[in-house]
Amino acid sequence: MANKALPRPDMPGPQPVEQTKVTSVPVQPAAPLLRASGGEVPDRIFKSAMTACGLAVLAVLAVIVYELISGSRLSWHAFGFKFFAASDWDPVNEHFGALPFIYGTLVSSLLALIIAVPLAVGVAVFTTEMCPKGLRGPLSFFVELLAAIPSVIYGLWAMFVLVPLLGQHVQPYLQRTLGWTTLFDGPPIGYSMLAAGIILAIMIVPIVSSITREVLMVVPQHQREAVLALGATRWEMIRIGVLRNARAGILGGIILGLGRALGETMAVTMVIGNNPQIAKSLFAPGYTMASVMANEFSEATGDVYISSLIEIGLALFLVTIVVNALAQLLVWTVTRGQPARGNA
Amino acid sequence: MPEATVTTALHSVPPISLRRRFTDHLMTGVAVLTVLLVLAPLVAIFGYLVYRGVGAIDWAFLTQTPKPVGESGGGMANAIVGSALILGIASLVGVPFGVGAGIYLAEFGRNSMGRAIRFTADVLNGVPSIVIGVAAYAMLVLHRHFSALAGGVALAIMMVPTISRTTEEMLLLVPQALREAAYGLGVPRWRTTLSITLRTATSGVITGVMLAFARVAGETAPLLFTTLGNTFWNLHIDQATAALPLQIYVYANSPYDDWHRQAWAGAFVLIVLIVTAVAAVRYAVRRGTFGAA
Repeated sequence: MANKALPRPDMPGPQPVEQTKVTSVPVQPAAPLLRASGGEVPDRIFKSAMTACGLAVLAVLAVIVYELISGSRLSWHAFGFKFFAASDWDPVNEHFGALPFIYGTLVSSLLALIIAVPLAVGVAVFTTEMCPKGLRGPLSFFVELLAAIPSVIYGLWAMFVLVPLLGQHVQPYLQRTLGWTTLFDGPPIGYSMLAAGIILAIMIVPIVSSITREVLMVVPQHQREAVLALGATRWEMIRIGVLRNARAGILGGIILGLGRALGETMAVTMVIGNNPQIAKSLFAPGYTMASVMANEFSEATGDVYISSLIEIGLALFLVTIVVNALAQLLVWTVTRGQPARGNA
Repeated sequence: MPEATVTTALHSVPPISLRRRFTDHLMTGVAVLTVLLVLAPLVAIFGYLVYRGVGAIDWAFLTQTPKPVGESGGGMANAIVGSALILGIASLVGVPFGVGAGIYLAEFGRNSMGRAIRFTADVLNGVPSIVIGVAAYAMLVLHRHFSALAGGVALAIMMVPTISRTTEEMLLLVPQALREAAYGLGVPRWRTTLSITLRTATSGVITGVMLAFARVAGETAPLLFTTLGNTFWNLHIDQATAALPLQIYVYANSPYDDWHRQAWAGAFVLIVLIVTAVAAVRYAVRRGTFGAA
């Protein structure tokens, strides 16, 4: 040992350590911290308290599942699987079928994806690959600001700006030019599946684009350089070197956006027209699973009615769980265990 | 002749064809266009919100309770206070659990249970807010009655995943050497975690908390059938309570122009409250951490 070789009069070396063996009761004045904050017992209490908080996360999910399942038992016994195939929603005679709501949820979400995905990927590509460095920060800040606007304010804006705009200008135009597809049939009243799809698209762009951006940024730089060295233009580099490598992650971001669109409530409820029907035209009003819960829960009377609404909640819950878990796994494979932050 | 061969090799590279160059420029243009298309609604929404909101706010709006149906005037004072009450409950319940779960994940969570909790938190984060509202309804309202508590709990459930995941991330950023230094001084683990690790990561943790807060502050769906709304003052946590987002929703759907005006005023107040809350806490944290250092 080095200090053995250099004995000094004022420092007796290793001997004092032997004199005061490390015991459970510290006697040295040099250990006030240890004494002040106790020994092992508080440590164990601390660990179990934190573990309890962690377990609470699991417990919350378990409680949600339990409440939804026990709440929907009545409706399940009354209708069984037919609940998801029947399309009559008649609270007076207590006949409930969820098909129009499932249809409305799926169509509005898919419409939103069709509009939002190209925009979101375009924004992500622009911010990571094309724009000057100084613009990158402010741009992603503004896009993420969209995510901070409460859903009810989107709905308010859509009711007073988007819906009149659609009804007076966009829908008549679409009818004239694309009316033959029968997707754009019916009176242009604004409140429609189309309005719901557009407002949903605006709302999910930030999530899809922020996850896509994250995924694009983990594509290694040498991939880009290799493609450029082969003589590719910038777009070819992006297409071959970047987008192709990031496919799985981008898909994860899109599915996460789908999960958000499926469960979005307020803005959709305010513009979709709330009419439980299955119409082919995007101009017709519709109804979604989330909207029917939002509109009818607080006024529902009768156990079967409430139970049917809870069953719709359970169905929506299961679908979003599957969709989100899938998206989470896809994003995790690309970013290696980091949480998908656009979700926050 | 090595130089000559290099020159010929360079010359033999075909120039980038017109078509490829055109595609390159076209795609750049498309990308710029998508950015403009995405920013347009943002500008439109904020612009219209300020345009309709600023003019609509008056003293009565901020100090009075709603007038009966059809009468103009009145305000949303009770809804503003009600929102504060509900958010207070949500933060009191959600923040300790969220930070605690984050500490667990960062300090003790390198095992299969940690992975399970992490995955559950991420999944819980994606559960639609209305479904959480339904669960809170079934749990706290169904055989009792509408209450601010039920709404607060629903919002707390939404806060926990965000807070725990950001807390974990921030704690993991604290260098291991700091923890080791504390252990070396004989500081026990709990004390190290609380006064060294957590203290170092404070500003990050609080940012996460504010993110979660801002997210739930504008939530309407889980409050619809838990706190229900109320046109009068209420400060009891076991009674139906007004909330700003709920009031905006109800007024927006009404046929009255004056209520539409108040909905815009409410939306403006809501945005301002969210932004100032976030900004104030960020400012305080920045000053606090630099002051202590």
